[in-house]
Amino acid sequence: MSRDDFPSIDMVSNQACLLTFSQVISEATSNYIAQVTQELVTLAGIVDLVPSYTTLLVVFDDDHYDRFAIFKTIRQTIEAIDPTKFSLKDQREVVIPVYYGKEVGPDIEDVAKHCNLSVDEVIKRHCETTYRAYAIGFTPGFAFLGNTPDELHVPRKTTPRLKVPIGSVALAENQTAVYPSITPGGWQIIGRTPVNLIDWGSKNLALIAMGDSVRFEPISRDEFLVQGGQLDGF
Amino acid sequence: MAFKVIKPGLLALIQDLGRHGHQSIGLTTGGPMDEVAFRWGNALLDNHDNSPQIEITFGMLTLEAQADTSVAITGADLGATLNDRSITPWQTYAIKKGDILAFHQPVWGLRAYLAVKGGFLCEPTLGSVATVMREKIGGLTGKGDKLQKGDRLIYQAGTEHQQRSVPRLAIPDYSQTEIPVILGYQYQSFSVLERANFFSSDYKVSSNSDRMGYRLEGQEVHSNLKGIISEGIAYGAIQIPKDGQPIVLLQDRQTIGGYPKMGCVTRVGGSILAQQKPGDIIQFTPITVDQAEQERHLQMARLAQWR
Repeated sequence: MSRDDFPSIDMVSNQACLLTFSQVISEATSNYIAQVTQELVTLAGIVDLVPSYTTLLVVFDDDHYDRFAIFKTIRQTIEAIDPTKFSLKDQREVVIPVYYGKEVGPDIEDVAKHCNLSVDEVIKRHCETTYRAYAIGFTPGFAFLGNTPDELHVPRKTTPRLKVPIGSVALAENQTAVYPSITPGGWQIIGRTPVNLIDWGSKNLALIAMGDSVRFEPISRDEFLVQGGQLDGF
Repeated sequence: MAFKVIKPGLLALIQDLGRHGHQSIGLTTGGPMDEVAFRWGNALLDNHDNSPQIEITFGMLTLEAQADTSVAITGADLGATLNDRSITPWQTYAIKKGDILAFHQPVWGLRAYLAVKGGFLCEPTLGSVATVMREKIGGLTGKGDKLQKGDRLIYQAGTEHQQRSVPRLAIPDYSQTEIPVILGYQYQSFSVLERANFFSSDYKVSSNSDRMGYRLEGQEVHSNLKGIISEGIAYGAIQIPKDGQPIVLLQDRQTIGGYPKMGCVTRVGGSILAQQKPGDIIQFTPITVDQAEQERHLQMARLAQWR
């Protein structure tokens, strides 16, 4: 019954196992992981699922499954999936408005210089790409979005900032992200969104879910302020 | 009715067994650092497994009872007193209106649990009251606050009290220094020599240890892997960063990370570890997944049988 694309399953503890789908990051792998996550989440005795770029951590109730039973359940679930007939039930396209002003994007000029582009070209490139949410983590609602166009690849800052303001839009290597809460951070900050990334009172809690496609849209300083954006923090 | 917080102590938090099912959006679980002690606290009072309790780290907490009830104290011996009379953990106590219950300083272990008959009444956020200060979620306010002076810890008043204590054999030995580690995955990325070093060395608990993780200082270990693609982190995972000093990730851990892992401490092992103070010395000892399963079943069976 084994298939070429079947993930490997390793026990992490008596309450968790890790499925590894691939050694390389790709959209196909990400789709497959999202699909398996969708199926497993409905099963009894599954406590938590942590999907990431190439893996899925499955946390299970050890009263419900021993290591043999969980292997069997996961195998059967995956065997019933046809990865070629992929459709994400809840995949959404999320559009995030961003004010790219220097007052909220203090690294945008450095990024432009590093990439040999003008500031306007950086904004254009950042907005014309549709990104994929490969993983959510680091802090609640922090979505690792890939891939940025090659011309926008920048290294992390040598010294991370101690406090990155909420809503900051940032770049690092081939990824981009929005900071949902005030945290330390070493990514290059190019702008800010007025939109809330995390809301414990909402149904989905986080604006971006793993597997979503995400676009950025430039807005003016006035639009940013009208939508509730704050200019403080730097 | 309630306990009124007279002195808030160093760190006292409302906890239940944790907030599960939200790690996919990056929200950690929280929950009691010493789950064994927590489970016994609720068992002693015939509460639900998940009834909210107070996790008291270090001590310096003073509470005044505003109504009769019955409490159970488990976990560390923090030199507790009831109306200035010394009391010991791992048993129940009858509380009368006006009683003063205080936790002073560690005598043995680091974290004590205070359970009340019926559990502390507290509004859950996302299905749990577990306090995670970093994420500003859970606890009395729902915003992740630790206990403050003047807080009221609500319970259902009652005069029913049963004198009960945990069987001596079931009380964990916090002087145990060997922490079991499940060799589940990724340990092959450490050479045989590195593994031997890891399992034969003494490690000192760093003062940088908290509910997120216990940092250890001692023999460096290095993986053959440079780094890994960020992946989900299970409770108890022992992450080895570039400096080679292990970090055991516990209840408030981040949900994903990119460092290689030596293995995973068990819930029972993590409970013992969480009772160690900065400067304490521990060692790691390898076990298999089936040994971990047996250890867990034994623990749960003991509780169930006693109930």
